[in-house]
Amino acid sequence: MHDVKTEAALESSWSGGKSPFAMGSKKLGMWLFIVSDTLTFSALLITYSYSRLTNPDWPRPFPIFPAIAFSTTMTVVLLASSLTMVMAVMAAQRNDRKKTVMWMVATMVGGLLFTGLHLTEWMNMIFKEHFTITGNPEGTPLFGAVFFGITGLHMTHVMIGVIYLGIVAVGYGRGKFSAEDVEVNGLYWHFVDLVWMFVFPLIYLMSVKY
Amino acid sequence: MSTEAHAAEAHAGASVGTNLVVWIGLVAITFLEVFLAYEELKPAVMLSILVVLSVVKAGMIMSWFMHLKYEKFTLVLWLVPAMIFCICMMFIFFFPEAFRLLQMRPH
Repeated sequence: MHDVKTEAALESSWSGGKSPFAMGSKKLGMWLFIVSDTLTFSALLITYSYSRLTNPDWPRPFPIFPAIAFSTTMTVVLLASSLTMVMAVMAAQRNDRKKTVMWMVATMVGGLLFTGLHLTEWMNMIFKEHFTITGNPEGTPLFGAVFFGITGLHMTHVMIGVIYLGIVAVGYGRGKFSAEDVEVNGLYWHFVDLVWMFVFPLIYLMSVKY
Repeated sequence: MSTEAHAAEAHAGASVGTNLVVWIGLVAITFLEVFLAYEELKPAVMLSILVVLSVVKAGMIMSWFMHLKYEKFTLVLWLVPAMIFCICMMFIFFFPEAFRLLQMRPH
């Protein structure tokens, strides 16, 4: 026999055999990954902010047109892919496999379009404007390391996200994966979008050429 | 509880309309940021405004798109304060040291 306090403890969410956060381990694991990756990007962006403010000769290679218009288009494309991912998760919760896969493919198209636009911009900067990771014609060479480092890490996340989406879409379409898998995939994709919401203003809009 | 049961129970979530409104809000803030880029503000002022707007956008994405608003509040308490604490630590330790190094830079 247990006393009243022990009984209460055993019935609590933390007594074992229950999920205190009312979610599966995959989703909880993804949240933990997101927190750790947030800290990685935070460290990079905080270091960038310091470098940006303390270097008066920081290059300003992005004119409003075409560079900022181009990167704004990339932002809207990534935001649109987040909306299609929301629709995929909602369809998965209704157990509508066909629409889930359709929305996930739409999200992949958004991710691929974003990556294509980003690579086009990189090629333009490297081959036409002669910006490299170690130097550039306009100012402190630190710019190249920061720009290619942060946007490259983000682009890697996007490409991994597209592959992840493809795997989950095929698995979910064949009935191997559950709605929870789609939702966990959605968390990753929204995180990639969230990171860009910091990268775009801090990297691009802080270096506009007037 | 099985993962399927978790998924089923997990979210009533936001409606399509709400998600659409959030998305329009995110796009609107993005265009506001681009508009600010036209104004020739001092870098420190511009950076501060952009960080605030980005935090608002991140909050919107986490709350609605990532469903954090609809999860148990214990999850928010578990994840968010620890994350903010770590980011504050970065600010506290990176910047004084970084500015100290700046003083040592040869002119």
